[in-house]
Amino acid sequence: MGVPGVEAAERAEPGGNGYVGRSLKRKEDPRLITGRAAYVDDMTLPRMLYAAIVRSPEAHARIVSIDTTAAREQPGVEAVFTGEDLTDLAAPCPMVWSPPGVEVHVPDHWPLARDKVGYVGQPVAVVLGHDKYGVVDAAEQVIVEYDPLPVVVDPESALEEGAPIIHDEFGTNKVFEWSLSGGDVEGAFRDADVVIERRVVNHRTAGAAIEPRGVLAEWRHGKLTLWTSTQIPHICRVILSIQLGLDEHNIRVVAPDVGGGFGSKLQVYGEEVLACWCARKLGRPVKWTATRSEEMATTHHGRDQIDYVRIGAKRDGTVTGIHAKIIQDCGAYHLIEGPVIPTFSACVMGGCYKFDAIQTDIVGVFTNKFTTDAIRGAGRPEATHMIELTMDELAAELDMDPLELRRKNFIDEFPSERPHGFIYDSGDYHGTLDRCLEMLDLEAFRREQAELRERGIYRGVGFSTYVEICGLGPSRALGPEGWGMQGGYFESAHVRVHPTGSITVYTGTSPHGQGHETGFAQIVADRLGVTPDAVDLIYGDTHTGPFGKNTYGSRSLAVGGEAIARAAEKVQDKAKRIVAHQLEAAPEDIELVGGRFQVRGSPDKAMTLAQVAGEAYIPADLPEGMEAGLDETCFYDPSNFVWPFGAHACISEVDVETGRVDVVRYIAVDDCGPAINPLLIDGQIHGGIVHALGQALYEQVVYDADGQLVTGTLVDYALPSAADVPNFDTDRTETPTPTNTLGVKGVGEAATIACSPAVVGSVLDALRPLGVTELNMPLTPMRVWQAIQEAEGRGGGPAETEQGRELGEQGGGAAGSGPTAPPEGGAS
Amino acid sequence: MIPVGFDYVAPQSLEDAIGALAEGGEEAKLLAGGHSLLPLMKLRLAAPTLLVDLRRVPGLTGIERQNGVFRIRAMTTHHQVATGGLGLASEAAATIADQQVRNRGTIGGSLAHGDTAADMPAVLLAYEGDVAARGPSGERTIPAAELFEDYLTTALAPDEVLTEVRLPSMDGYGFGYQKFNRRREDWAMVGACALVKKAPDGSCEDVRIGLTHMGSIPLRASAAEDALRGRGLDSDAIAGAAEQAAEGTGPPGDLNATPEYKRHLARVLCRRALEEAAGRA
Ligand SMILES: Cc1cc2nc3c(=O)[nH]c(=O)nc-3n(C[C@H](O)[C@H](O)[C@H](O)COP(=O)(O)OP(=O)(O)OC[C@H]3O[C@@H](n4cnc5c(N)ncnc54)[C@H](O)[C@@H]3O)c2cc1C
Repeated sequence: MGVPGVEAAERAEPGGNGYVGRSLKRKEDPRLITGRAAYVDDMTLPRMLYAAIVRSPEAHARIVSIDTTAAREQPGVEAVFTGEDLTDLAAPCPMVWSPPGVEVHVPDHWPLARDKVGYVGQPVAVVLGHDKYGVVDAAEQVIVEYDPLPVVVDPESALEEGAPIIHDEFGTNKVFEWSLSGGDVEGAFRDADVVIERRVVNHRTAGAAIEPRGVLAEWRHGKLTLWTSTQIPHICRVILSIQLGLDEHNIRVVAPDVGGGFGSKLQVYGEEVLACWCARKLGRPVKWTATRSEEMATTHHGRDQIDYVRIGAKRDGTVTGIHAKIIQDCGAYHLIEGPVIPTFSACVMGGCYKFDAIQTDIVGVFTNKFTTDAIRGAGRPEATHMIELTMDELAAELDMDPLELRRKNFIDEFPSERPHGFIYDSGDYHGTLDRCLEMLDLEAFRREQAELRERGIYRGVGFSTYVEICGLGPSRALGPEGWGMQGGYFESAHVRVHPTGSITVYTGTSPHGQGHETGFAQIVADRLGVTPDAVDLIYGDTHTGPFGKNTYGSRSLAVGGEAIARAAEKVQDKAKRIVAHQLEAAPEDIELVGGRFQVRGSPDKAMTLAQVAGEAYIPADLPEGMEAGLDETCFYDPSNFVWPFGAHACISEVDVETGRVDVVRYIAVDDCGPAINPLLIDGQIHGGIVHALGQALYEQVVYDADGQLVTGTLVDYALPSAADVPNFDTDRTETPTPTNTLGVKGVGEAATIACSPAVVGSVLDALRPLGVTELNMPLTPMRVWQAIQEAEGRGGGPAETEQGRELGEQGGGAAGSGPTAPPEGGAS
Repeated sequence: MIPVGFDYVAPQSLEDAIGALAEGGEEAKLLAGGHSLLPLMKLRLAAPTLLVDLRRVPGLTGIERQNGVFRIRAMTTHHQVATGGLGLASEAAATIADQQVRNRGTIGGSLAHGDTAADMPAVLLAYEGDVAARGPSGERTIPAAELFEDYLTTALAPDEVLTEVRLPSMDGYGFGYQKFNRRREDWAMVGACALVKKAPDGSCEDVRIGLTHMGSIPLRASAAEDALRGRGLDSDAIAGAAEQAAEGTGPPGDLNATPEYKRHLARVLCRRALEEAAGRA
């Protein structure tokens, strides 16, 4: 696979007012926190129809018949469609990962099922009508007869001989198998004095954005407009074009305000295509908004890996090799890129340690569950989790301090070419750990820990020293000839100075909560000598600005922000040439100071951007050959990924009688290069920690053995709230990347990638005296209690909380610590 | 998340409310805070054809103390109970969900709904309180021990309105409330409440223990109570009694807990609630 080298980009001097680096409050917040944002569901169009979707209650079944007669007769219903009506679609839902030389099984996946269903919640029919409530009632009148097939929900069982086959055409449930490796792996383990092996279950989670998915499609004069709650409007347009057989210039996709994505909206869902198809068919606007139940069942899930990891080391702690076998549960069908996700685990399989040999073998598996795809961190949290916890076990085995073990093996020269071909751009792994320990005061904690233990109080500290890969990414590495993603990963920017000097910036990124309007404005303001308020950011609309690649993979700043900086530099260059011409100086002698373009050495000779814009748009006296206007575009494709890193520490307390875990303190020191806006970084770090803390302690998507989703509401899917998380102590170090002129790395996923092993490690540290050395997430009280029972030789009953478990005797159908659901026939 | 269609009335008097219920038949339901009923309707697990909102009915909120009894009107919110200075009942109400839910949910709604996972039912049992119910044929009193019949099933007739909850003031009792939940503002996986009265010699004169989510209905931990009543209140005695907390319970297993784990939790929580109560007695 193609791996790029590091081309050192020249670090530009920001010229202006020094807004970069300041914790400016977010420009977008007043509208978001006063209820004035406009989400898809807030929009209404004349003659609009509502859609309700009939979904499969079966996890695996043949569709025998669908009777839509009764539904069609319901008041206000305009149409009912099934999979048979959609045969004029030009293509099924595409999956864009096709690595050279690797066979990937991609079943036909249509917006409405044809013949067969493979998971609970799969769309089978759509009802369209005038009334939002009426269509839901009518959907209940669609009578579908299913012929149930055997169900398989556990990925390891799905690989076994004799397992029910989900897609007959492949004759196997294996989706693909591929490896990424480098160095002498066999030799590394042969030479190791110690080998630590672990089976780590990284369970299924949900993105759980507060705004559920929603679409509004309009067909007018042969042109299609789709408003959709998405992270990827531009990519969506390409895919609509392919599936609907429509040229892109006839399609406009708009992502209005989007209430969170976390990867779950890095997707093009069947409902998006379906709404467009219905709008075209009926000539009327069509709106569909997911209910929370639909969101839980049919908005893609993440993680769901079973990892077999081993690390080899010398007696003195020098690591020799790491090998992981990843079994990735893909669910029943693919969406846009699910199968590539474990490859991101492979990229960082060595962590921040000097492994000379690294190998990751990945097997994708079909199961009768919903699709997995990218959720915040996408593959890297899984890798960090297994690496860091296995390093802790190695330290325990060697009777070595876990931090000393880490330090002994830290990569400390950069750029660093890793055995599997990646080049870590820059880093200072000791630096972040030093700062983290300063904030923690480990000795004091160890004393406190010992004292508390005397009193039967179990506290522990866990660490995660991580490195991640982001800023997706160099098209050479990611694209068709590299990993086989069928797309480019540049980003576009267009900086337009208006005649009176204010600025509109068009970005190809598609923010949905991160604060781009603020951070990007700071970058432009400094380069053009204005205030951030004078810079407006336009995004999320394929009819404005150039083609973009949108927001995911912590790419917005390192790729999109860099594109903006470069476009702004082009504007600055042109402005300097205009100023030089006006003031009769050489362009090289024009400098931008305090909002003025002035002649070096004669600060009284100066022009403001507004004056420059005036000259540019009344082009009566421009330099010879210069075009009018002050308007520049940049398409930036990075030469390498960027590699943020850091050190997190978690202190937790375990109630050993009940198994309850409380996080007492959390410290995060992250390095994502120079800060554009520290407040935005803190926001991402806080949210990122909560995301992973949620996985570590609370959240799990669970299907039972029949493939029924047990965690279908936010009562059972235990998303933490502010009441469940501690305050965070955060700090940063700033190690610039040589890859882009801003020196920046991404931070949207960093804390999610870092956090979970620190939490689990803290619990293991607390419980090690009791003999507990292994715990899978989520650390539910019962699971922790059972582990303590096991370790103390008492046995705590079945310790399973993995997929497909039998829930056993169950009262009233309640899935968890929620309210009791009424028996059949409703509440009495 | 979209309920089946229904009619709605908001009568201005208790008589009209009872009348509307009677007229509406089996599928008519009272609406109090809506925080149990509406989620069920949105999930289409309940589909009443008529909602009779109690909000406009006068005289259904407020707490009064009379002759050693707290009379809590049915529409009193969890927040009002939590801040009403009622000891155990207040402490338990303060643990219900989050502030938004406590601002809407009512004590009458919670008891009428009769969820074994809810906080107030076991508390009512421990107080040995009762509720007043008014129907077409007048008012009756239902003692706590007779109110809860099965999962989400109470002794209230479909056309009866629970109007008042009566809790003895329990002067001289110490109390403890231990709620074990997955998230801080969540339903109880298991809960235990205790009321303890000390005799002048320091022994246990009386004890009441209520258990949440340990069966199809809230339960009293009678075996543990019997083991403690008349004995000393030292930690050994309390621990010994608490060992019996799960006697006679039949906790439902679920995603977060096997029946065995719940029994274990009941024992631990019972001990802690008793310690707390004895400490305050
Ligand atoms: C997110 C969330 C978390 C929650 N967490 C908890 C928790 O931790 N602990 C807990 O105990 N509860 C919890 N609840 C439930 C909450 O306390 C409810 O408010 C309460 O259980 C029901 O009270 P209500 O006033 O909302 O009743 P409603 O929902 O209006 O009514 C519930 C039922 O009681 C009937 N009813 C209501 N009032 C009367 C009356 N006066 N007479 C006769 N019948 C009546 C209704 O017809 C209905 O069947 C939670 C609810 C939510 C939404």
